[in-house]
Amino acid sequence: MAAVATCGSGVGTTGSAVATASKSNVTSFQRRGPRASGTNDSGPRLVSIAGTRPSVRNGQLLVSTGLPALDQLLGGGLAIGTVLLIEEDKYNIYSPLLFKCFLAEGIVNGHTLLVASAKEDPANILQELPAPLLDDNSKKEFDEDVYNHKTPESNIKMKIAWRYQLLPKMEQIGPVSSRFGHYYDASKRIPQELIEASNWHGFFLPEKISSVLKVEPCSLTPGYIKLLQFIQNIIYEERFDGSNPQKKQRNVLRIGIQNLGSPLWGDDICCAENGSNSHSLTKFLYVLRGLLRTSLSACIITMPTHLIQNKAIIARVTNLSDIVIGLESFIGSERETNPLYKDYHGLIHIRQIPRLNNLICDESDVKDLAFKLKRKLFTIEWVQDNYLRQERNIYPPGFSYLLKQKDSAWGEGSLQHSTFLMSFLAKATAFASRLVRHSEPLKQTGSGRIHQAAGPRLWHDGRRQEAPGLLGIPP
Amino acid sequence: MFVELNNLLNTTPDRAEQGKLTLLCDAKTDGSFLVHHFLSFYLKANCKVCFVALFQSFSHYNIVGQKLGVNLTVARERGQLVFLEGLKSAVDVFFQTQEEPHPLQFLREANAGNLKPLFEFVREALKPVDSGEARWTYPVLLVDDLSVLLSLGMGAVAALDFIHYCRATVCWELKGNMVILVHDSGDVEDEENDILLNGVSHQSHLILRAEGLATGFCRDVHGQLRILWRRPSQPTAQRDQSLTYQYKIQDRSVSFFAKGMSPAVL
Repeated sequence: MAAVATCGSGVGTTGSAVATASKSNVTSFQRRGPRASGTNDSGPRLVSIAGTRPSVRNGQLLVSTGLPALDQLLGGGLAIGTVLLIEEDKYNIYSPLLFKCFLAEGIVNGHTLLVASAKEDPANILQELPAPLLDDNSKKEFDEDVYNHKTPESNIKMKIAWRYQLLPKMEQIGPVSSRFGHYYDASKRIPQELIEASNWHGFFLPEKISSVLKVEPCSLTPGYIKLLQFIQNIIYEERFDGSNPQKKQRNVLRIGIQNLGSPLWGDDICCAENGSNSHSLTKFLYVLRGLLRTSLSACIITMPTHLIQNKAIIARVTNLSDIVIGLESFIGSERETNPLYKDYHGLIHIRQIPRLNNLICDESDVKDLAFKLKRKLFTIEWVQDNYLRQERNIYPPGFSYLLKQKDSAWGEGSLQHSTFLMSFLAKATAFASRLVRHSEPLKQTGSGRIHQAAGPRLWHDGRRQEAPGLLGIPP
Repeated sequence: MFVELNNLLNTTPDRAEQGKLTLLCDAKTDGSFLVHHFLSFYLKANCKVCFVALFQSFSHYNIVGQKLGVNLTVARERGQLVFLEGLKSAVDVFFQTQEEPHPLQFLREANAGNLKPLFEFVREALKPVDSGEARWTYPVLLVDDLSVLLSLGMGAVAALDFIHYCRATVCWELKGNMVILVHDSGDVEDEENDILLNGVSHQSHLILRAEGLATGFCRDVHGQLRILWRRPSQPTAQRDQSLTYQYKIQDRSVSFFAKGMSPAVL
């Protein structure tokens, strides 16, 4: 699939993966340039960016979000140039974990990070990143826990391409791992040397806001203006926008913005329904997306949408973002005691997936997804899986079951009762079968009209608790 | 250009009507496939197209356009397509002061201004060039999408004024067509968006409304398309004609079928 450069140079660089060489004649592994920027490549180069892979569907360059389960649900990963918006859960417990996994993935892959926060110093955020699990053994162990509803054939195919990433890099310490998507241990901290080896920029709002504002006033809050200028500065200076063709090594900029829209950023959409700056956040998102589309960067934003008073703004924010994921934790809600949600910590809603360079998008068929922070790993599963697991415990395989209907001896036909019946029958049959030898027919008793067959309640020692049809106890 | 949609609308690129305003509306689903359809339709009809693309980047429309059989880069070089890329221009306007008025000048202003610079841009793009031969059949204005202007600080009235000016110029003066996409917020009470949607649908000749299914997500039926023909200038002596179809979007085309007649169900 050809992405034609929009600048006037007229040289169109095409990128295609080895696996999806269907439409392009080029089969050598070429670097895929950013979608909308003018890439001035002088010729094809056999360099690929660490930690990225082309999408199987449309050749879009993808980066991992830090959670392989989430990558699969999003169709392979987060596309470069797009915004991933996470609607925070009510007490902001699980959304920082997704935020940190995204940043940790950037460090492990050697990407440049830009962390913006109004609440915590970015240096502290980086200290608290989870440690990556880099053994292949531990990856196999956790693979069973992660739900795969699509077979990841693309994973297997892409492994061929990763040979090219092990080309030696002379200037800097190369990325720690060349794999796409890593698992993280939420209970351990990332090693200090990895943070020091990485290239990161921090934007802490209280530090930056004190300097004088030099731009004309527009309806954006000063914090947002400063942040946009900071991002644009980094993109321009470190050449993420493709403006300098001479640079040998291309890299990806991962931007993380925490708690955007909260009052700490100076925005009042969480406090008032019709505030003075109701367009500030949406304008910010629009200009941010414009910056991302013209550079090799991807952005994650966490936003406390449950605090936003005006629902129309949430709808507009959703329309202006590319991928929107909502987290809903069960803490304090009535769902905590619901047996269907046993073992889970919350629900994850995928509210929007973009259609990029395509008429269709990779929408997953599974809509009821739940997450849990099990031991040290964050996993996402289909809710119905839990229910099926419980059912399998009650109906062990190897037995045939007769389900009694409404007028059973126990008086009710509810699921719980029939479940009880099933388990009882299963246990009773298992117990009685060791006492009765089924090969021997029983002795005929009574008048002979009713032939008593062997059953769970008939024991060979002659004592019968129930023997209908018998007129009298024989001597 | 989706051939099935042309059949439903009873048009072909050769004999399309002129002077019409078409409203594309989507509720709970993505109606951008209609924008791609009309873009390729009018480019194939040899019209001069001014595309105000506020929602996605140029390469997105180009790649999808190639699947539908038109090349936007070539059209732009030939002068057939005038493309305003909203995302890129917004970055230019926001970070650098511009000497001449930029179509998206309102991004730098504190108060909600008006869309006059944008209208000037459209008028300049579509005005007939005084060359000897007539290269293009008629001008077309395509806007994707108008609800973004509300998010960028414009009021609904300013956006309606812009549509009114454009309609007077493009549809009445230049005998061209207009295609506008507006999101329908549905049960979320976005008053400004509702004002805008009602205002534009009152002026339009043809309304194409893409809705998600009421029962939720379905793999085989992606949504429902309602087509409404209107006569805004004449008194409604005859009833407006309306049709409803369900559709499924595929890689290069969209297939339409009557309600409940999806091939997956039959």
